Amino acid sequence: MKRELLKFAAFTAFVLLMPLFFKGGYLMNVLVFVGINTMLAIALNLLLGYAGQISLGHAGFFGLGAYLSGVLTVNYDWNPWQAMPVAAVVVGCLACLIGFPILKLKGHYLAMATLGLGIIIYIVFNETIELTGGPSGLSGIPNLAVGEFTFDSDVKNYYLVWCFALAVVLFSINLANSRVGRALRAVHDSEVAARVVGVNARMLKIQIFVLSAMISSLAGSLYAHTMTFISPASFGFNFSVELLTMVVIGGLGSVYGSFLGAALLTLLPEFLRAANDYDIIIYGGLLVLMVMFMPGGLVRGFPDLFRKIFNRRGGSEHA
Amino acid sequence: MNRSLISLLFAAVTMLFSANAFAAAPIKIGALFAITGPAAFLGEPERNSAKMVIDEINRAGGVKGRKLELVAYDTAGDATKAVQLATRLIKDDKVVAIIGPSTTGETMAVIPVAERGQVPLISCSAGSKITDPVKKWVFKTAQNDSLAVGRIFDYLQKHKLHNVSILTVSDGFGASGREQLKAQASKFGIKIVSDDTYGPKDTDMTAQLTKIRGSHAQAVICWGTNPGPAVIAKNVRQLGIKTPVFMSHGVSSKKFIELAGDAAEGIMLPSGKVVVADQLSNSDQQKKSLLSFVKDYQNHYKTEGDHFGGHAWDAVMLIKSAVEKGADSPQAIRDNLEKTKGFAGIGGIFNYSAQDHAGLGKDAFVLVEVKNRDWVIVK
Amino acid sequence: MSLSLLSRGEMQFDQILQYVLSGLSTGAIYALIGIGFSIIYNATGIINFAQGEFVMLGGLLTLTCLEYLKLPIWAAIPCAVAVSTVAGLLFERLAIRPLRRPTPINLVIITIGGSILIRGLAMLFWGKDTHSIPSFSGDDPIAIGGATILPQHLWILGITVIIITANKFYFYHTISGKAMRACAYNRRAASLVGIDVRRMVLFSFMISSAMGAMAGIIVAPLTMTSYDVGVMLGLKGFCAAIIGGMSSGIATVIGGLLLGVLESLGAGLISSGYKDAIAFIMLLLILFIRPQGLFGKADSERV
Repeated sequence: MKRELLKFAAFTAFVLLMPLFFKGGYLMNVLVFVGINTMLAIALNLLLGYAGQISLGHAGFFGLGAYLSGVLTVNYDWNPWQAMPVAAVVVGCLACLIGFPILKLKGHYLAMATLGLGIIIYIVFNETIELTGGPSGLSGIPNLAVGEFTFDSDVKNYYLVWCFALAVVLFSINLANSRVGRALRAVHDSEVAARVVGVNARMLKIQIFVLSAMISSLAGSLYAHTMTFISPASFGFNFSVELLTMVVIGGLGSVYGSFLGAALLTLLPEFLRAANDYDIIIYGGLLVLMVMFMPGGLVRGFPDLFRKIFNRRGGSEHA
Repeated sequence: MNRSLISLLFAAVTMLFSANAFAAAPIKIGALFAITGPAAFLGEPERNSAKMVIDEINRAGGVKGRKLELVAYDTAGDATKAVQLATRLIKDDKVVAIIGPSTTGETMAVIPVAERGQVPLISCSAGSKITDPVKKWVFKTAQNDSLAVGRIFDYLQKHKLHNVSILTVSDGFGASGREQLKAQASKFGIKIVSDDTYGPKDTDMTAQLTKIRGSHAQAVICWGTNPGPAVIAKNVRQLGIKTPVFMSHGVSSKKFIELAGDAAEGIMLPSGKVVVADQLSNSDQQKKSLLSFVKDYQNHYKTEGDHFGGHAWDAVMLIKSAVEKGADSPQAIRDNLEKTKGFAGIGGIFNYSAQDHAGLGKDAFVLVEVKNRDWVIVK
Repeated sequence: MSLSLLSRGEMQFDQILQYVLSGLSTGAIYALIGIGFSIIYNATGIINFAQGEFVMLGGLLTLTCLEYLKLPIWAAIPCAVAVSTVAGLLFERLAIRPLRRPTPINLVIITIGGSILIRGLAMLFWGKDTHSIPSFSGDDPIAIGGATILPQHLWILGITVIIITANKFYFYHTISGKAMRACAYNRRAASLVGIDVRRMVLFSFMISSAMGAMAGIIVAPLTMTSYDVGVMLGLKGFCAAIIGGMSSGIATVIGGLLLGVLESLGAGLISSGYKDAIAFIMLLLILFIRPQGLFGKADSERV
């Protein structure tokens, strides 16, 4: 546990010092989104990496958070600080309601059902034009503010978003090392076996599903209040798949892995921009290669590679 | 003798200095286009046109002796990326003005960035709400959807077709068109008897059209961009719907006729004048710009220029004339843009003012019809 | 609005007939793509997210054969299918087989990466424009009752039936088909009785890429084709396969047709904006009532 705390402290220091290297350039703005995507990847990783339940609809929860925040503040003049927790609670309740039937499903049926859920949510954003502005999007969402201090620049937003992201990181590490975490891993390995030793697998899965949805919703609210504009296109099926990719590329069941995956997939397109039209090919190719050569994800793959280079006998299979 | 030597030296030094300045400091213009992704049909011609016209300006000696430099980024039609890249253009590239983005959604997302960064933004997307209400730093070159809707409704009113069905695509372009169609109908005495949508990637619209066939519509208006409208044209033919069919300016390029084939015959739509440039009367102020744009684009890219590319062409030319009129700071460019009067571009004749940052009138659109696989102006 | 339609009796029947016919022809395509998903899933346990890209390749390769190689249509189609099959083969050899630790989720991400890669290459090669392909036999509508369909729809239905029959024959009456079924039941056991499982996996990729390509070809004259056409069609095909319980037979066909008809009826009778949502809500309800799938049998889980 002490080692975990040290790791977290180092990570926090790293995050807090980042802005000094970028001096307010545009990459600051990208790093804000790294923070949001880190929250989302961790949320999905709790579900997929710890509980072993796939979701192809997490962009839907992310979008619900963003839209609830956006609609409440724009159409009903709520304070963003009120809208955010309300959105998270509403999304949590919804996830709980849907969780009961949906988490009964297994394997590809679960994938299909969550995919369907995500698409239904997306269509609702598109069609409820009076409320959400439909496909043209919702603009004029207020920034978060504390008294006179408004989070309206990239650096301010960076610290705001990362405060939440770090809280999620800390919370998830604690969760993973708690009784619940161990129970979850048992469910992951074999649900029946877990049930036999007295784990209420069904309730546990639903709790994690709700938690995961609420973190996603929170990330959505932050997205809405930092971007000040949202449109359904950001919350489609493609983004659900991108989140899944972040989690797997980063490393299943690893909180820092989710950060690595989110950071890589958010920053990569920026670095590939120089390649013009070839960027999409390189991006796809890199995904394939990374899974091929780092099947355990970045978080295990890097030390593996390292070991391989410096110690040819290295036990790379025991990552 | 001595004196002439000194003046010669002086001249040489000035020349050297100015040449140096010429090489050292081009005027940087930023651009955000959806070059890939679902809106690539907008972004690609826009990027091509902007590049083409900037190269031409530079070959002709630049603006006031300084070259223009285009810094263009691909947003892939994604609002999040558009915001990041707008920030990059302003903070890292330090551009004096931004052209784009290509879609209304992205533009709405980028507006706060441009306003905060105090850099003029000339959007290439059509949504009316971009410049309504007027925002200090935001202009647009694409014709408002309301103008296109007005053109169609004018025709319907004249031909006493009062009941119409609308079928719009469920993306930003279609939603904006649908809003305008519904908002303006009563003004022209038109009743919308059915209101349907289809998805941007849908492959069969016979269900919606069957429903329309069962209504009492005297005309069908479809609002979308390729390939949806081409599928609709084919479906209309399959179902034997005989009422006049109107499309939007979103498909006013040869591509639509190529995709829909024979099914395109007789379809009418409002279009920028670029597709019928050679049919315009010689007194038309835009004709010169249009013909040269069409010819250049054909030479450069071996394909026909459309009015989407025209939006970027107009934007570059507007910035150019604003720089010619004054300094090249973002503030000065904005102020001079607002004073633009009577600029005959591709999209129409631009007259910006403090109250109007869209700048185009009803004459920006003509109604065209497909006849023998080509566009013909409807008189 | 739907209520006003219902009150007009005789119109209604024609309309419903049209909705159903339109739905069936769209559904046939979903079914073909769905079977491609199932074949690979059964042989390997992989949900191949690149399946839609083979649909795209089929359409665009046919275009190339027709426009640039000037081949007649009857030669262009086998050419396009052959090239797509080779692409499927390469995909398996280069991306799937070398994987060191093939967990299902890693394989899913590989196929996602592969689909992005293939789409990118297609974008470079064919550009971002939409292209059209001429119909196989004209565009004159055929009236059936009060509804109309196009000759191309008959081609779609006919070819779907032929492919499914051929598929059935292959899996039940040939050695290699039976071997592949054996792999689907139990890969270990299959390899113990001397079946080359890796070869069967390769076969499954080739067959399903050929089927995907064929689906892309027969649908292209109606829907046009472009480098990104596979995303949506792949998704729908995936749904069809799930409804059919990932069977590579008739159940997936029913799944595809059901999805197509639901969409079409939803668009016509309820709301065109919500038509996909309606289809998905129906699917969710089916799954909630029968968590093992519409045609699946509840089986016990190994611990």
